[in-house]
Amino acid sequence: MNTASANETYNYKVVRQFAIMTVVWGIVGMAVGVLIAAQLVWPELNTQYPWFHFGRLRPLHTNAVIFAFGGCALFATSYYVVQRTSQARLFSDGLAAFTFWGWQAVIVAAAITLPLGYTTSKEYAELEWPIDILITLVWVSYAIVFFGTIAKRKMKHIYVANWFFGAFILTVAVLHIGNSMAVPVSAMKSYSVYAGAIDAMVQWWYGHNAVGFFLTAGFLGMMYYFVPKQAERPVYSYRLSIVHFWALISIYVWAGAHHLHYSALPDWAQSAGMVMSLILLAPSWGGMINGMMTLSGAWHKLRTDPVLRFLVVSLSFYGMSTFEGPMMSIKTVNALSHNTDWTIGHVHSGALGWVAMISIGALYHLIPRLYGLRSMFSTDLVNVHFWLATIGTVLYIAAMWVNGIMQGLMWRAVNADGTLQYSFVQALDASYPGYVIRVLGGAVFLSGMLLMAYNVYRTIRQRDAVADDAAAVPQTA
Amino acid sequence: MNSFWTGWISFIVLGSIFGCAWLLWATRKSQRFHTETEETMGHTFDGIEEYDNPMPKWWLWLFLLTIVFGLVYLALYPGLGSYKGYFGWTSTGQWEDEVAAAKAKYDPIYAELAATPIEELVQNDDALIMGKRLFLNNCAVCHGSAAHGAFGFPNLTDNDWLYGGSPDKIKETITNGRNAAMPAWESIVGVEGVKDLAHYVRSLSGQQNIDANKAEAGAALFQANCVACHGADGKGNHALGAPNLTDGIWLYGGTQQAVEMTLKAGRNGVMPSFKQTLGDERIHLVAAYVYSLSKEEKQ
Repeated sequence: MNTASANETYNYKVVRQFAIMTVVWGIVGMAVGVLIAAQLVWPELNTQYPWFHFGRLRPLHTNAVIFAFGGCALFATSYYVVQRTSQARLFSDGLAAFTFWGWQAVIVAAAITLPLGYTTSKEYAELEWPIDILITLVWVSYAIVFFGTIAKRKMKHIYVANWFFGAFILTVAVLHIGNSMAVPVSAMKSYSVYAGAIDAMVQWWYGHNAVGFFLTAGFLGMMYYFVPKQAERPVYSYRLSIVHFWALISIYVWAGAHHLHYSALPDWAQSAGMVMSLILLAPSWGGMINGMMTLSGAWHKLRTDPVLRFLVVSLSFYGMSTFEGPMMSIKTVNALSHNTDWTIGHVHSGALGWVAMISIGALYHLIPRLYGLRSMFSTDLVNVHFWLATIGTVLYIAAMWVNGIMQGLMWRAVNADGTLQYSFVQALDASYPGYVIRVLGGAVFLSGMLLMAYNVYRTIRQRDAVADDAAAVPQTA
Repeated sequence: MNSFWTGWISFIVLGSIFGCAWLLWATRKSQRFHTETEETMGHTFDGIEEYDNPMPKWWLWLFLLTIVFGLVYLALYPGLGSYKGYFGWTSTGQWEDEVAAAKAKYDPIYAELAATPIEELVQNDDALIMGKRLFLNNCAVCHGSAAHGAFGFPNLTDNDWLYGGSPDKIKETITNGRNAAMPAWESIVGVEGVKDLAHYVRSLSGQQNIDANKAEAGAALFQANCVACHGADGKGNHALGAPNLTDGIWLYGGTQQAVEMTLKAGRNGVMPSFKQTLGDERIHLVAAYVYSLSKEEKQ
């Protein structure tokens, strides 16, 4: 595809590979999500085989959507953005190819070992030690490719999107290595080097920053390129981006303790975690404001451009989740919300509404350009996908909010004699309609992904008809 | 926690918060414009420019508000290492206060009912409802919400008792728990012996499909090994928790296969003690409820 001389072209091959796999793993991960949601409605779907039980498929779902779908989206967009905003080809094509094949190997290993029952039992870090080592190798290569490209850049400044991608890559390396430290006892079994409350704190330091750096900072990097690019407007405020970037990355690392309120974790750590989570509200919203306000003067484009709609609605869900998160970290609120479906609703308003929708919007911008085309095969299908994604997300999170608050209230309701008013199974029974709506919402969201796969397939098939290799030639500033 | 760690924790917590405040102040001070502008920063990345707009004022205020809230909270509550906070709050203290308040409010209700004998309480619908609520939240997870039991967990409504069904015995079971010990017999009676015994045991409750020869061999083994607990007639012994084998009620299943499994590997049923969880007065009410379940059966 790259027709210009070798030292002037960008490496789009690895971007294309990751972009396609984002769609593939998105469908796989979300399909498993719909299946496990259905298992909670119809327990018979667990079947007699242990490999397909909820307990083994649930980590497969979370790993697939976060690290396979989200991860591939981040690799694709960060490789694309760092090249175009630095006007430099990736530092090493060989290492970039290794990150692609290595990351796919990690995902396939996860898809095999998790159903077989191999797990460290650490949430979002379930993969056993040999896979953890492969992740580390891939991630260090990723850092070398990314920062090597930054070092080669042809402009003085580093674009804000790259600050976020850079912070995400560095911090995830530290988190992954820190949390996965373990003593192997056999080929597929290890024990964490941490114990008790320290293990719990390290786990949630990791777990919450998987949210903070993988699912927030990384995707803000995506936002800072694709929103102004698609809207064809300048970024609203450079100064806002500086402040919210530094505040976000310095405060986020503290917030994990709010997962351990009213636990064996010392009180001071719980309080510090709660305070930092609250202070995180404004830095988080900085990104939403900067994205939204970038559209001022271009709001009319929302009428005709479903890609921009994906990006803007994702920012709305981001703003909503990052308001909800600090609220849920307040001890009094957490006493109601903890262990209920509210948490699951909160996660999915971030995962479906923010992470998935901004990735989908970015891919609809990216894929035609990667193949030298002007737009997707069908803009109408993009529009239908937008509505399916929005409706699916709203059904999902509304069902979980209702369920969560209801469960929290039912669990704490007491009779005049001090006994609990409801047994656990009564709260479960009352949650049933919410579980049915969740399956529906998830299925609607998944159907949008299937439309996307079709649209992407047809778009790629068009590339021979429209030979336009200009996209691969770097612009001069 | 020693003073080094308290100092270090305070330094990094307050450093992060004041660092953010400084960042806000410094950025605001260096702003070239205080209202929205069309001026850009002068650099372009892949065609993207950045405006030199000031930070939105309402956002600045929101940020400052959360910082002030955070600092006040850290002054009032523990957060800076071993500093206890102005209120001296602890999560343990909060729990103790809540427990004390609940005790003051609810204990008189239970004290009154605990003084009434169980035989009388079963006539008191209010007491039985309280007992049922306690049962649903403490016992139903094993015995089922209708107290019909499950595999390995006795049915409490059938008037068949492992340790006795008098009010005192029921209370004793709930208070102290029970540890049943059916030993594994395969190493003593052999593989064939297990099969023979199972045929004999099943014959005691009048089951069909009994191999008469095996049952006869089993009867001898039974007399030699089982009568100490289950009795010569197989009717069990409440003192030992040995089940009655003649009544067709099976805790672990009554098929040939299930009985063989019980004989081969043994069974160790565990009823936990609820003394710490519920206390004597609430146990009294749960016992009344459980007693009432089988009493209905009798009538």
